[in-house]
Amino acid sequence: MSIEVIKPGLLSSLQDAGRRGFASLGVGRAGAMDQPAWRLANALVGNADGEAALEITLAGPLLRFLQDAVIAVTGGIIEARVEDQPLPPWTSCFLPAGAVLRLGGVHHGCRSYLAVRGGFDCAPVLGSRSADLHARIGPLDGRAIQAGDVLTIGERAAVPWFHSGKQVRALRWGLDPQPWLDYAQAPLALMRGHHYAALDDASQQALFSRPFLISKDSNRTGSRLDGAPLGLRQPLELLSEATLPGTLQLPPSGQPILLQADAPVTGGYPRIGQLAAVDLPRLAQRRPGDAVYFRETGMDEACQRQREREESLRSLLQRTEQRLLSTSPAA
Amino acid sequence: MTQAWPQVQIDPLAEDAWLLRFGEAIDEAVNARVLQVAARLQSCLASVECVPAYASLLLRFDPLGWREDEGRFSEQYLREAIQSALDQASGAEITSREMTLPVCYGGAAGEDLQEVAEYTHLTPEEVVARHTRATYRVAMLGFAPGFPYLLGLDPVLAVPRRSSPRISVPAGSVAIGGQQTGIYPQELPGGWQLIGRTPLRLFDPAADAPSLLCPGDRVRFQAIDEHEYLRRVTP
Repeated sequence: MSIEVIKPGLLSSLQDAGRRGFASLGVGRAGAMDQPAWRLANALVGNADGEAALEITLAGPLLRFLQDAVIAVTGGIIEARVEDQPLPPWTSCFLPAGAVLRLGGVHHGCRSYLAVRGGFDCAPVLGSRSADLHARIGPLDGRAIQAGDVLTIGERAAVPWFHSGKQVRALRWGLDPQPWLDYAQAPLALMRGHHYAALDDASQQALFSRPFLISKDSNRTGSRLDGAPLGLRQPLELLSEATLPGTLQLPPSGQPILLQADAPVTGGYPRIGQLAAVDLPRLAQRRPGDAVYFRETGMDEACQRQREREESLRSLLQRTEQRLLSTSPAA
Repeated sequence: MTQAWPQVQIDPLAEDAWLLRFGEAIDEAVNARVLQVAARLQSCLASVECVPAYASLLLRFDPLGWREDEGRFSEQYLREAIQSALDQASGAEITSREMTLPVCYGGAAGEDLQEVAEYTHLTPEEVVARHTRATYRVAMLGFAPGFPYLLGLDPVLAVPRRSSPRISVPAGSVAIGGQQTGIYPQELPGGWQLIGRTPLRLFDPAADAPSLLCPGDRVRFQAIDEHEYLRRVTP
């Protein structure tokens, strides 16, 4: 009852809601970088409990299904096919045992999520099935999948919206990725960090007006931002303190780093900004080479936007569940 | 004992995290207060993740899935809980465990011991004597799972970090970086000066207590020879 990895893709790892409660021991959250996309992928296969999904970066894996499976791929729009048959994104699909799923390039966004009905069955480590690639904790000892890995699928009752059979099938409807994928690449909302005032005047201005490019050296630990280097009025000697995904740090090179899901839980560089948590999924979908602009936001606006996003997400999750249950299998 | 503590600064960082700043310097009493406040907050706000550092405390919470008694998340409720924890935390000595860690100093286990000795104008034996004489306290864990930042280094042993960091530092390495001493729990890149290695495993995600050391623990080092190191090293 499993999936065999024929080719791993560029960087594919198992991720869930993340690891909570161990930060004081130096263990970060990890977890899916685009949480709404991950939750919607699970909803489309009828998983209820925050099962792990495969987070795929830029180029997808080649997977052989050794059993019938119901899958969904959300997040960045990725080419998906079984032999000659293309699979639509953001919907529920049935794959018969023996199917080889080829996930190609992510052509819009940066990260896609493959969920399977029943979830990927592996022992949680410190309460989570997320691979922390930096700390090397989690499924597969915290590494990305490799050719030859066998990923076990958890047991779950068959879905009522597909008859099992020998054919690849997809629903005739799917979710609209438009509200969840930032097609316009609008500026990301950034709050001033504790050391913003220590930036020189030109850098203070540049932070909220100049473009930065996501560097090729970016990964799940952090997005390095290329651009005109930022500078401090004078060097700061700081004590290490806790950091968060979304913390914008300024190392001595002058090229800021936006911390991501696998970042260490503490750091000692000046923190010049903090990305609003509501925009972390949008950042996760920016590709190396993409431009990033920041606009200044405040805590009240960020909290308001986060509440609204969560409300529309919860409502969509609920509607998806109901719609799936009322979809009859195609003859 | 009453002590006038400087005002703690509450810095809302993001929608789901606040940072409390207790000071700007490495100070045992300030760190003890951070750890006390963390313990008090953790006991009354179970779903809030408290991450202590030298002189600051991060609180991470889920405002949309707030699970404390009050129902919905309220800024006021969190502020009151913080104030009450601050009022109760005296910064007096915290109760803690004392751990003795065996360390094989110098040689292949501590490649930079000689360099540290030259920098400090001591013999390698004197460096080891000073490093094993002190009692340290775990101020915080960070950088990597189970990596302890230890307070209490003999100031004579403060040596700058290496000008170019190593790509790989072996697990168990005991190291000095500036005024700090610490232990690499797993093979990691690192720029601190390596003076020895402990055979103990500092972090095991499968264990009930995954980290050998916790914030607040008292730590002593005991010198062992290479033979003893090899006998005790975890395979």
